[in-house]
Amino acid sequence: MNWLSDEAIARLRSAGAEPDLAGTRYRLIERIASGGMGSVYLAEDAMLGRRVAIKILDVPDSSGDLAARLQREAHILASLEHPGIVPVHDAGTLADGRVFYAMKFVEGERLDRFSERASPLPSRLRIFQRICDTVAFAHTRGVLHRDLKPENIMTGPFGEVLVMDWGVARILRANRISTPAETVHDQACEGPGGFAAGSLRTAPKTAHGAVLGTPGYMAPEQARGDVEHLDERADIYSLGAMLQFLIAASFRSTQTTPRVLTAIARKAMDTDPAGRYASASELGHEIARYLDGLPVRAYPENALQKIARWVARYRLAIVLVLTYLVVRALLIFWFRR
Amino acid sequence: MKEDTTIGGPSGRFPATCWSAVVAARSDDPRERSRALDAILAAYWKPIYKYLRIRWNKSNEDAKDVTQEFLAQLIEKEYLSDFDPAKARLRTFLRVCVDHFVANQTKAVNRLKRGGDVLHVALDFECAEAEFARAKSHLTVSASAESFDEYLEREFVRNLFTLALTDLRSFCEARSKLRHFRLFERYDLDDSDTSRPSYAELAQEFGIAVTDVTNHLAFARREFRRIALEKLREMTCSEAEFRREARALLGVESA
Repeated sequence: MNWLSDEAIARLRSAGAEPDLAGTRYRLIERIASGGMGSVYLAEDAMLGRRVAIKILDVPDSSGDLAARLQREAHILASLEHPGIVPVHDAGTLADGRVFYAMKFVEGERLDRFSERASPLPSRLRIFQRICDTVAFAHTRGVLHRDLKPENIMTGPFGEVLVMDWGVARILRANRISTPAETVHDQACEGPGGFAAGSLRTAPKTAHGAVLGTPGYMAPEQARGDVEHLDERADIYSLGAMLQFLIAASFRSTQTTPRVLTAIARKAMDTDPAGRYASASELGHEIARYLDGLPVRAYPENALQKIARWVARYRLAIVLVLTYLVVRALLIFWFRR
Repeated sequence: MKEDTTIGGPSGRFPATCWSAVVAARSDDPRERSRALDAILAAYWKPIYKYLRIRWNKSNEDAKDVTQEFLAQLIEKEYLSDFDPAKARLRTFLRVCVDHFVANQTKAVNRLKRGGDVLHVALDFECAEAEFARAKSHLTVSASAESFDEYLEREFVRNLFTLALTDLRSFCEARSKLRHFRLFERYDLDDSDTSRPSYAELAQEFGIAVTDVTNHLAFARREFRRIALEKLREMTCSEAEFRREARALLGVESA
């Protein structure tokens, strides 16, 4: 065999890495991201003439764990139809044996990068509310995300907020709410298709028996590997950590952060799951109350604080009333003189 | 195609996809151990030879001797039994072993020539030297352990891809698909032209349709990937290590 130049090696690497899309409706454009278990490629759907993102396993795994995880992720995404969750278009196995799924190509910015730019706190909190709404929806469908962090949130140019990367999500069997849509989903899992059937049914445990998640955003019980007892409150903890990140990104180290927001984040991140918010909706509502200048559960106020908040909330009305009273008093004083 | 070594035997010798030469090298079964060592030597002898040339400034003849002596000791003294994949990559472990070996060898005044009866594989040093000479003009290796690790890594990949290509050629020949290999060679390996040929040019050159070029190349790339990853798997101890190494080999590490 002739000597391989560095250029030839680079081409061989590329030839080995690129997915074999022969026989599919997709034409490869470029790789756009690589994660823990696979890469995401930008491709063109030749049939519909639109761009899609295709997530594909990078390397084969003899255990089948990664393939099962990717399949499970596709099934979960397909079952969660929500504006905050990227829709799946297609799934299957490529000619080279790698499993894949195609989804909507989201052009946007990751929340961690978005937060590097100066943007007002209320707009960041509104993004956070939408994340809470999406997570709350997933929870009502019995799905835990388990890896919520700013890197897994995409913000679109038209205000879209999408929760991405459901690769380590877990189905909570006991908490699942049976809906007609879910029945369809269950049937899809059992029937023949691009993926091996039933991957959702056999996936209550974390793959590899390993701790999955991201330090700093992972609930203590998740970090301990207490997989069997995880519930929605593990995601609430991650949401709290994300709120803390957004607060920190909004204020310089020398500035004092709003105590109420800090209290909300702390409550969401309570080491005892029972001390956290019971649901993501509750956390989202708490943020909404903060934005509306209403009292929040996480921060009991004394009388002075209540007055201060009341004044802050009705500032304009108070100024108008006071202005009216002062003008009236001046007029009375003037005419009596 | 001329094979530059007979190490490792014919292609496809390891039917099991999960076979790990590194694990098998510590097996109690001598046949299994021997087969494993052959696989490891096939993957590493050239990188080690070139490493000796570049890192230790060994002459062609000295590098040959040291390579053979080191490989003989690797087998005889069972160096690999000390290898712990949790602590280092196999390449780094072998580099440290080579460094120790050379340092100790330099100290020895009268060293015993050995290797002939222990190392039962033929090493084509002329080929390795020609490769080394060809690449030498492009080499920029600074004197640090990291840069030598990188050099060894690069040479390991070059050698692994070369072995995979040799196997791919045999695989294609056995299935009467040599044209697939020729196309792959022309499109992905040939450095003689300044620009790569287009699929249409290849179709004209080989007298086939453009769609056949696409399909033949897809086939060859798919099989190349499979063979290269199988060879890599032999050099790893666990599934996690294999995935890590495979992602590095294919250049798809997390970004």
